[in-house]
Parts: sequence; structure tokens; C-alpha cells
Amino acid sequence: MKKNATDSRSRSHWRSRLLPVDAVVTGTHGLRSRKGRTLLTAIGIAIGIASMVAVLGISASSKADLIAEIDKLGTNLLQVQAGSNLFGDSAKLPEEAPVMVRRVGPVENASSLSRLDTDVQRNQYLDDNNGLDVLASEPELLDTLDGAMAQGRFLDTGTTALPTVVLGSVAAERLSIRSLDGGPTVQIAGRTFAVIGILESLPLNPDIDRAVFIGNEAAEDFLGAEVIPTAIYLRAIPEFVEDVRAVLPRTANPADPSEVNVSRPSDALEARAQVDENLQNLLLGLGGVALLVGGVGIANVMIISVLERRGEIGLRRALGATRRHIALQFVLESASLATLGGIVGVGLGSAVTYTYARRQDWLVDIPVPALAAGVAGALVLGALAGLYPAIRAARLDPADAVRPA
Amino acid sequence: MTVLDLTGVTKEYPGSPPVRALDDVSLSVDRGELLAIVGASGSGKSTLLNIIGTLDRPTSGQVVIEGTPVADLSDGGLAGLRSARIGFVFQQFHLLEAITAVDNVATGLLYQGVRRGRRRALATEALERVGLGNRLRFEPPQLSGGERQRIAIARAIVGDPAIVLADEPTGNLDSHTSTDIVNLLRQLNDDGSTIIVITHDQDLAADLPRRVTLSDGRVVDDDAKGVIS
Repeated sequence: MKKNATDSRSRSHWRSRLLPVDAVVTGTHGLRSRKGRTLLTAIGIAIGIASMVAVLGISASSKADLIAEIDKLGTNLLQVQAGSNLFGDSAKLPEEAPVMVRRVGPVENASSLSRLDTDVQRNQYLDDNNGLDVLASEPELLDTLDGAMAQGRFLDTGTTALPTVVLGSVAAERLSIRSLDGGPTVQIAGRTFAVIGILESLPLNPDIDRAVFIGNEAAEDFLGAEVIPTAIYLRAIPEFVEDVRAVLPRTANPADPSEVNVSRPSDALEARAQVDENLQNLLLGLGGVALLVGGVGIANVMIISVLERRGEIGLRRALGATRRHIALQFVLESASLATLGGIVGVGLGSAVTYTYARRQDWLVDIPVPALAAGVAGALVLGALAGLYPAIRAARLDPADAVRPA
Repeated sequence: MTVLDLTGVTKEYPGSPPVRALDDVSLSVDRGELLAIVGASGSGKSTLLNIIGTLDRPTSGQVVIEGTPVADLSDGGLAGLRSARIGFVFQQFHLLEAITAVDNVATGLLYQGVRRGRRRALATEALERVGLGNRLRFEPPQLSGGERQRIAIARAIVGDPAIVLADEPTGNLDSHTSTDIVNLLRQLNDDGSTIIVITHDQDLAADLPRRVTLSDGRVVDDDAKGVIS
């Protein structure tokens, strides 16, 4: 059968054309016909991408965990502490400090704590240096800290004047009180106090975890202590946290503002996130080096491929491929080789992230933009790596290339 | 109608002294001809093949294909001309190994921008014309030398070119298979294809209607015109 399509066209329409879909098929022909080599070459890129994705994923998961912790704690929690005076003696806050602090507009609630100069023991026969603090506290403390009870309940208006205590999580452990069954008691300054609750551990508040709480009235009535606040925890409306922070020293202790320390517990977590970021950059750099080596590997393989496929290049030129078509074929081949590596790498990196984060009991956070960037980055790297081999292929003299070497 | 016209074509390769591979070659081929360009090694056959096939340009002289002076065309224009008007058959077949016979033949239309479905349909027809209708899905390593060369011939004719250039098409084949290939070329010529066979094989050339003999870069004998020098 004859076809006259070309005859009917005007001569000036002899134009070499390669459909986009055919360009892609042609660009992957070399990969499909050399599968073993394709896989080995792609591994280099895959390792580079996988390590970068894993670094990003693991640090994102770790950060997600920190952020969850920060959220739980709240970034609007502020702590006011009595610092030390000029002579290095520990200062106290004025008695009316909690009242003054509560009067600051954007303060949602505040609770004071008073450290009592005494210690707590499991029973009257022991005299351990167990490092636990006895803190006289207000019932609102639990709300202010957004804390939760592991067992029992916190001090309330009914118990604040009774000889009862609530234990921080570490305090409970050190006093060997693991449950409220059997009505456990503790000894403070020779008096017996009933344990009515145990707190859950509070992230970033080790002071609270290590403390035994009694009501202000109980402290005065049973221990004869003078309740003078040593610390105040407060929640401010989030938008005004910085403003509140600025006025706190003068509010809490107008006579000696410099003796007041104001801190934000969540700052410490954020600092930890920052440290992670530095490590992450270092690891990303290492992943980048692996990727670069993978790219150089692809360039090498492509150069060898061009040498081996002189005949094919000559044939394609004879069949009407332009230099551009040849260059495009090799750039596409190199890019698809690297993209294959990128896809494998992204999968591998995600798997590593998932496994690691699950083992650490973190929230799994695989950053989708990083996955897309991983594949796109591999594609670009592959195209760049293929550029020089492609130019060499395009420059081959077709007359030479069709001859047997 | 003249499909190929060479006038005073000279090709020199740089060097000291320069090598003159072709020296004032003039040759005219009409539509529907079947001719052999014959000569010993180093006679300039390959250079002439490259120039007729527009894979190379002459140092001086003119090449006109279907009325178009090749010198006027850019590199891309030459590629377009090759894709549509010239079919190549090589001694070493130059088939792509990992794809089927049909897809190999279809690559003859790849750079004309023909869609794949149409390419395959035309490739199937071309394979039937060369007697390989039963080998469509075979890959080259599964086929004999003669069958591979038939695939290459099908690829050369699939786009219905003005000129089929066959470079030592029987060079890698045994004598029996060679005869088959020559018969196939004759048959395609009978169907209307213009075929130029480049060969060193005098016996093969003797079987063809017209012989152009090259020696030291010059045409020393042309059946169509008689002895020139």
C-alpha cells in the first residue's frame, strides 16, 4: 500500500518533528534496555534523597513532638520567681505580690507557691535527704499549670486547711507512694499528712514534679509557717504575653524589681527545637554530598552510555533526528534515571522516618513538601548531570557515528 | 524525474596533505532506478553515501534532492529531509535491541511526528511487504541475520522515501541470504522504490540494472552514460 502524505506536502515542510510523548518514550528507552545498570545508577541518587528525606522527616517528627509538648504547656505560661538580692541572699516576693499580679489586665489567672523551710518523709523513722520541696499552694495552681491528676484530686477549698498533701510525680516515686490505696500518709515536721492526690508529670516543670503541696492555711495552722510567696505561675492572654512579661517585675515587687526573675517555661523547649535545627542542617549537608556524588555517578554512566551507543545515535540522526532531539533524549534519560532514584529515595526515607519515629514514640510527621522537593530535586540534578553527555551525543558527527567503530 | 543530482561534488578531509575522498563526482538518479555504486575499499564509496544521505556536506559541488539544493538547508533542515525523503539500510543493521520488530520499523517514522498508532500500522504493512508479517513481536536477538536486515529494510521504506540508500546490505550475510535480500530490493524497486546500493561486491553489482564504479574518488564507469574517464 502506498501513502502520499509526504508528497502532498510542500517541500519546505520537511521538518524533523518528535512528539512530546515520543520524546519521553525515547528518553527512557536506554533505561528499559539496560535494567541492571539503571538500578545500580539510581541507587546513588536514592541514598542521597533517602537520607535527606529521613533527616527532614525525623527532625520534623521530633519537632512535632516538641511542639505538641509546647502546646500542652502553653506558650502563655509565665513564671515569676524571687531572685537573689545584692548580697546573694535569696529574696522573697512581697506578700501582696499574687494579688498585684492578678490585677494586671491580660493575666487570666495566677497562683502563688511558697517554699517552706522543711522536709518531707515517708514516716517518722526516716530522715532521708530526698531533695523534695514542700510548697504551700493555692487550689488554682492545677488550672494555671494546666496540670492533670494521675490519681486522686488536687487541693481544693475543702482540703486546703486540712492536714492533706498532693504529691508531684517524682515526689510520689521517691516517697514510694504509687497509689492512694490504703490511705498513705507522709510526715512533715513531725506531723502526719494524708496523701489525697498524685499529679501527672508536667513537662518542663521539674520543680513541680519534685514537690509536695499543702494548702496555705494548713501550712500556717499545722506547721506554723509564714506563707510568703516564692514563686507565682500565671497565664496571660497569648497576644499580650510579652507586655505582661515586661511589667511583671515592677508589679510583683515594686520596691526591688531587680530581685524578680520572670521566665517562660516554653522557651526552653523552643531552644531545644533550635538546637535540633542546627543538627538537622549538618545532616542535610551530608545528604547533599551523597546526592552530589550520585549526580556525578549519573554523569559518568551517561558519558559511557553515549560512547557505547554511537551506533544508535548515528542511526537516529540518519532517521531524521536533529541534534536537539539527540540532546533531549539523553537529558531525559538522565533526568528519568535520577527521578527513579528520587522516587525510590523518597519512599526509603519515608519508611526510615516512620520506623524511627514510631520507635521513639513520636508523632510521625513526614513533610510532604520535602517529598515533592526530593523528587523534583533529583529530576533537576539528573537533567544537569545529563547535560554534558547530551551535548557530546548531539555533537557526534552522524557520518562517523553510523560507521562501525 | 530526477530524484538525485550530484554535480562536481568534491570532498576533502583536512590534513597535510589534505585527503581528497571524492573528486568532481557527477551523478544523476531518476525515480524508480535501482543502481549499485561499486568500488574497492578507499574508493570513496562511504563518503559518497554520506553525502547522498546528507549525513555529510561536500567541500564543493552541488547536491540536489528532489529539486532541493541540499546546501540551502540547515542542520535541522537536513534532518527533516532525511526523516521524510531518505531511507537508510546499514551493513550492521543498527536495530534497537530491546524493542520488537514492529517498533524498530516504526522508528523510521518517529522523527516525522507520526503518532504511535499510525506508526505501528504502517510498520506492520512494511514488515508484511518484506515477508516478516509473522515476526512482528519478535525482538532482534531472536531473529536471524537475514531477518534483521529485512527489518532494517522495512524501516527504510516505511516512510515511502524518495531514495533508499543501502550500505553493503549483504556484507554481514551468507550468500544464500544475500540473494534473498537482493531479490527483496529488486521487488521493492519493481513496486516503485528508488534504491541505491553501495557495495564492494562486483557480483552483487552485476545483478543490478545500473552500476556506477568509483575508483580513487572518481566515477570511472557509469552504465547510464558509458565510460567517463
